[in-house]
Amino acid sequence: MYTQAMDTGPKEERKAVRSAEEAQLDQRFEARIDEGAFIEAKDPMPEHYRKTLVRQISQHAHSEIVGMLPEGNWVTRAPTLKRKAILLAKIQDEGGHGLYLYAAAETLGTSRDQMIDALHGGRAKYSSIFNYPTLSWADIGVIGWLVDGAAIMNQVPLTRCSYAPYARAMVRICREESFHQRQGFDALLVMMKEGTEAQRAMVQDAVDRWWWPSLMMFGPPDSESTHSTQNMRWGIKRIGNDDLRQKFVDATVEQAKVLGVTMPDPLLKWNEERAHWDFGPIDWEEFWQVVGGHGPCNRERLAARVKAWDDGAWVREAAMAHARKQALGEQAA
Amino acid sequence: MSAVTNEWPLWEVFVRPKAGLDHKHCGSLHAPDAKMAVQLAREVYTRRQEGTSVWVVKSSDITASDPGDKGMLFDPMEDKVYRHPTFYELPESVNHM
Repeated sequence: MYTQAMDTGPKEERKAVRSAEEAQLDQRFEARIDEGAFIEAKDPMPEHYRKTLVRQISQHAHSEIVGMLPEGNWVTRAPTLKRKAILLAKIQDEGGHGLYLYAAAETLGTSRDQMIDALHGGRAKYSSIFNYPTLSWADIGVIGWLVDGAAIMNQVPLTRCSYAPYARAMVRICREESFHQRQGFDALLVMMKEGTEAQRAMVQDAVDRWWWPSLMMFGPPDSESTHSTQNMRWGIKRIGNDDLRQKFVDATVEQAKVLGVTMPDPLLKWNEERAHWDFGPIDWEEFWQVVGGHGPCNRERLAARVKAWDDGAWVREAAMAHARKQALGEQAA
Repeated sequence: MSAVTNEWPLWEVFVRPKAGLDHKHCGSLHAPDAKMAVQLAREVYTRRQEGTSVWVVKSSDITASDPGDKGMLFDPMEDKVYRHPTFYELPESVNHM
């Protein structure tokens, strides 16, 4: 899934004084970006470009991994064996996506342990959407439809990111992500078309709770986004937050009609002149609260991650010890 | 901060999509040994029948050309157009050879 406002990190002071050599390298780099060239792992790149990418890719990876938690909540309670198998496959995909992304970030010279350490230590962020609870089975469908839908919209432009290992990971992820969105819509459609009144109400309730957080996934308005301009310049980001959000609203409002649900926004209205749907103001106060660690589930999510990591330590160590012993045995033989 | 040495080593993964095609690099993963690397490569890179065979190579065992040598290594081929069949203009009647 899921990059969002991954440019919500702290503003960094850029070094004012640079050596002539550095300035020349930077110039050559900017020229390559202008040509639309892809940057590979061992190519020279400005330190700030490297740092920005490490932050964005690692936070994207963390989001995939933490994103497994709200869905894992429903594995044992999926309504049918088919839905359970689908959910397990989706969660496994998220783990895989996290892994592709960690690997892409590692090409920039950061280690997996360093990244995980930053997440567990609360220094690295993950998508704020996962700090909301999954209260009913309908939430799982809505996550597929809206949350994965928003993620796809964010991620498709990243397949053209200037940093090639990231772009390649995104191609693979986007290919798999489409299943996530479709299975979610399918699950909701079954409830809306064949379900009981209570099940339909459950779907509407889930839409009501996830709609606004899904819109927040595109990040703050471009006018307030801290890193947007530089990231656009470097081809790390290709389309602005506001444009992507509008595209998402336009697409999902039509899909909602097929489902027979409504979005919890009284100001949602087709604008003939703009040829887009107008929508009401987003509660950015809530967004910053959740990003800042005060969402409904921040503490629970991080605690679950740390526990899983700590509980698995003996397995990682035992596997490594076994491998070392085997290698010694081969040497001796 | 955890020491880097605690990490499982990094492996590069190559997958043959189907019989008759080359193995192609598709990504990397961490694994304690070769056997586990193959097992994990299957989980990570062939969840949708993307492969019929997997190779894994320790990343540290790969020797790569230096990106800085790109010009020196590969540019000299630029002016050797006579190495391509299209360089030769033949009479129409024999142009299919």
